[in-house]
Amino acid sequence: MKHRYLPMTSQDEKEMLETIGIDSIDELFSDIPEKVRFKGEYNIKPAKSESSLTKELAQLAAKNADTNRYASFLGAGVYDHYKPIIVDHVISRSEFYTAYTPYQPEISQGELQAIFEFQTMISELTGMDIANSSMYDGGTALAEAGMLAAGHTKRKKILVSRAVHPESRDVVRTYALGQSIEVIEIPLKDGHTDLDALKDMIDENVATVMIQYPNFFGQVENLKEIEPIVHEAGALLSVSSNPLALGALTSPGQLGADITVGDAQPFGIPEAYGGPHCGYFAVTKKLMRKVPGRLVGETTDEEGRRGFVLTLQAREQHIRRDKATSNICSNQALNALAASVAMTALGKVGTQEIAKQNIIKTHYMKQQLKRAGLDIAFEGAHFNEIVVKTEESVKQLNDRLFENNMIGGYDLGLSYEEFNGHMLVAVTEQRTKEEIDAFVQEIAAKVKEAGATHA
Amino acid sequence: MHKDNQALIFELTKEGRVGYSLPTLDVPEVDLSELLPNDLIRTEAAELPEVSELDIMRHYTALSNRNHGVDSGFYPLGSCTMKYNPKINETVARFPGFANIHPLQDEKTVQGALALLFDLQEHLKEITGMDEVTLQPAAGAHGEWTGLMMIRAYHEARGDMKRTKVIVPDSAHGTNPASATVAGFETVTVKSSDQGLVDLEDLKRVVGEDTAALMLTNPNTLGLFEEQILEMAAIIHEVGGKLYYDGANLNAVMSKARPGDMGFDVVHLNLHKTFTGPHGGGGPGSGPVGVKNDLLPYLPKPVLVKNEDVYTFDYDRPESIGRVKPFYGNFGINVRAYTYIRSMGPDGLKAVTEYAVLNANYMMRRLQPHFDLPYDRHCKHEFVLSGRRQKKMGVRTLDMAKRLLDFGYHPPTIYFPLNVEEGMMIEPTETESKETLDAFIDAMIQIAKEVEENPEIVQNAPHTTVISRLDETKAARKPVLRYYKGE
Repeated sequence: MKHRYLPMTSQDEKEMLETIGIDSIDELFSDIPEKVRFKGEYNIKPAKSESSLTKELAQLAAKNADTNRYASFLGAGVYDHYKPIIVDHVISRSEFYTAYTPYQPEISQGELQAIFEFQTMISELTGMDIANSSMYDGGTALAEAGMLAAGHTKRKKILVSRAVHPESRDVVRTYALGQSIEVIEIPLKDGHTDLDALKDMIDENVATVMIQYPNFFGQVENLKEIEPIVHEAGALLSVSSNPLALGALTSPGQLGADITVGDAQPFGIPEAYGGPHCGYFAVTKKLMRKVPGRLVGETTDEEGRRGFVLTLQAREQHIRRDKATSNICSNQALNALAASVAMTALGKVGTQEIAKQNIIKTHYMKQQLKRAGLDIAFEGAHFNEIVVKTEESVKQLNDRLFENNMIGGYDLGLSYEEFNGHMLVAVTEQRTKEEIDAFVQEIAAKVKEAGATHA
Repeated sequence: MHKDNQALIFELTKEGRVGYSLPTLDVPEVDLSELLPNDLIRTEAAELPEVSELDIMRHYTALSNRNHGVDSGFYPLGSCTMKYNPKINETVARFPGFANIHPLQDEKTVQGALALLFDLQEHLKEITGMDEVTLQPAAGAHGEWTGLMMIRAYHEARGDMKRTKVIVPDSAHGTNPASATVAGFETVTVKSSDQGLVDLEDLKRVVGEDTAALMLTNPNTLGLFEEQILEMAAIIHEVGGKLYYDGANLNAVMSKARPGDMGFDVVHLNLHKTFTGPHGGGGPGSGPVGVKNDLLPYLPKPVLVKNEDVYTFDYDRPESIGRVKPFYGNFGINVRAYTYIRSMGPDGLKAVTEYAVLNANYMMRRLQPHFDLPYDRHCKHEFVLSGRRQKKMGVRTLDMAKRLLDFGYHPPTIYFPLNVEEGMMIEPTETESKETLDAFIDAMIQIAKEVEENPEIVQNAPHTTVISRLDETKAARKPVLRYYKGE
């Protein structure tokens, strides 16, 4: 068998068998009982050469409608943002991407320091004391927040706003099932968490209240009003936040969040059909020893030089086994590096500018839609998404937009019965005025038609 | 600050420098105070770096130079399968049609992506001998938890509510008991025999009507094949429990023995190990789960289905355990694994296992005279040496691991599994040449000699790295987990 990944030659094989003192490789598998031994070869596709496989997969990829070719107004948790080109150059350095978890700090200082810097940047944006080295994604990070809160408060109930991403809520429920924790949803009022309902629902059995900021509908929840309700009941406030929005919004930390989680995908990470993205997990100092996953800490070596190590490992599965704070082992380290590079490139000024552009462009979209006679479902403060009532089915509208090289918004009726015929429209800094105008023109076509019929 | 410190990116900041190129705002400017309530407008900017693009590139290049990956040199880290990460995988995963597609796009606009996922599932079914595969779990531990939640749902659906215990061997990966806890089970440990295999008598003692599952790696973490796997399966199945396969060590048995044929009911794979998704410095991974037919109804939502060449997601799964992750798993890693499997083909995957096992046995036999080998029999893809002989001379396994750094190697996994004193777990993988193995073996032999003749050089290692041993106690006692401006 000759293959470019397999350096074994027949000469090597012969010498190695001799050293071991056997005649054939087969002997090394003699401990596999005859009854379970697999005979022959797998019934899978035959190997392809590098160029023919590349060609085949390029053709397969070309069957998908990508955002290089289509102007996307689809968000709902995953966004088409500016990706500084330098990001891919950094994460393509194979000293980073072919390394394992930095368990040997002397030869892993690069990765460890990069994570330390990531922890700092996430802490800065969220206004929290501490952030970990990453989680799988925003949804599982929120679920882990629920587990942490339940463990910390020794309470068995979670209140989650219906304005939290529907898929994240689903993940929270699955994790909660394992821990026999009850999950109750807080109803909506005008596209926000219903605070009167929250006041009625909260009691001394609630471990945490989960709020998304900005929420699934793009509305900016008023955390300032929510925080005292949660803390008066002795519960923890868990906030799920798009970190890019925090370039413009007051940080959850400053507004009293105990745990802030989310996904750093908006910072330089491709949509990649939903993953891998990059969950983050940030807490106040008092919860430091209950954080799931890896933490990097600063220390010194024997000569007094600054260095970094994985620390507080007594929380983790490889030390504490069944008593660990979480079972997480692999995380999203390389994407945390990608997000770090993007946050560095944008920097102190760029993160403010990009967030501002999202707000202003979304506002422009809102004005244009209104001007065209469309109803915007919710008023109030928006980040980069708004909900518009469509005159036709969202699917039909999206099909039409697609014919005009646009990917339309998310069909809210798929997760909220009461919002059938409503589209969640995302406008990032990537959408030009021209694209927004074209979108409005297409969506307004039916309004004009309807108007003509009425006349 | 010490003169040899590597600067933090924050220490390179200079007000007024930028590293970005944002689109020009082409719609009318509006003051944020007109659009947001006052107390929700950020007044204190996040202290992020202010640096130029070249500053960024030099900084991260300097960091990468302080990092060892598989591409830097040999990385025989046991249980982690640090094989070569093919470059074609990276190219394919970056095709715009794979990288720049949104998970909530209409299914008809992403048929290429769905076709790839479906075909990957088909390949993994054949490789594992299971009836169905889900690609949703993000990593191995996530797959373990997903599989255990399905086992829990299976028992509960049968009204069997008393199955509260998951059995794991004392040599198991730490994630096994941790995942059992997260899934709401209590962990029971089964002992290993003096052969390094699960002690069948002890297993018979711990099983019962409260057994939900036995979690097992085969070969186990000592690199030894559990020869009595069928007997173990019978013991578990007789009491109504399920057998769970931790696929971390699949590289040892591809085309030789399939978990599905060994009696396993649930399997998770680590696509970032056996199937070359890069480890990325700790992730992202991908941890697909395969199941036998009786667990099908409990698969996480949604399930990918194919109908006359059209692929769709099925959300109507009333008995499903629910969602384990937003969207459909770590697609980008699944693309890489698929590319790898298609690059290898059936004969290639068979050769992978044969050469991985040959390499491991060759190293084991050459090192055997110089270190203690607790279990003297053919190993599979990895083996565990004990440093107890060297410990008697005052040198610990940790010291020898640090000494290997001076030779340019990443050390083996050390102090694991827990049932070997001063353990060193060595996994060469099939992508390493005999020359590389020989050079590493020579280094190990030299270190063994140094332990006898000049132990200080080992005890004080490493001598050539950018920093020396770090004060981990200090890091844990007074945790500094971030940088503060001005401190």
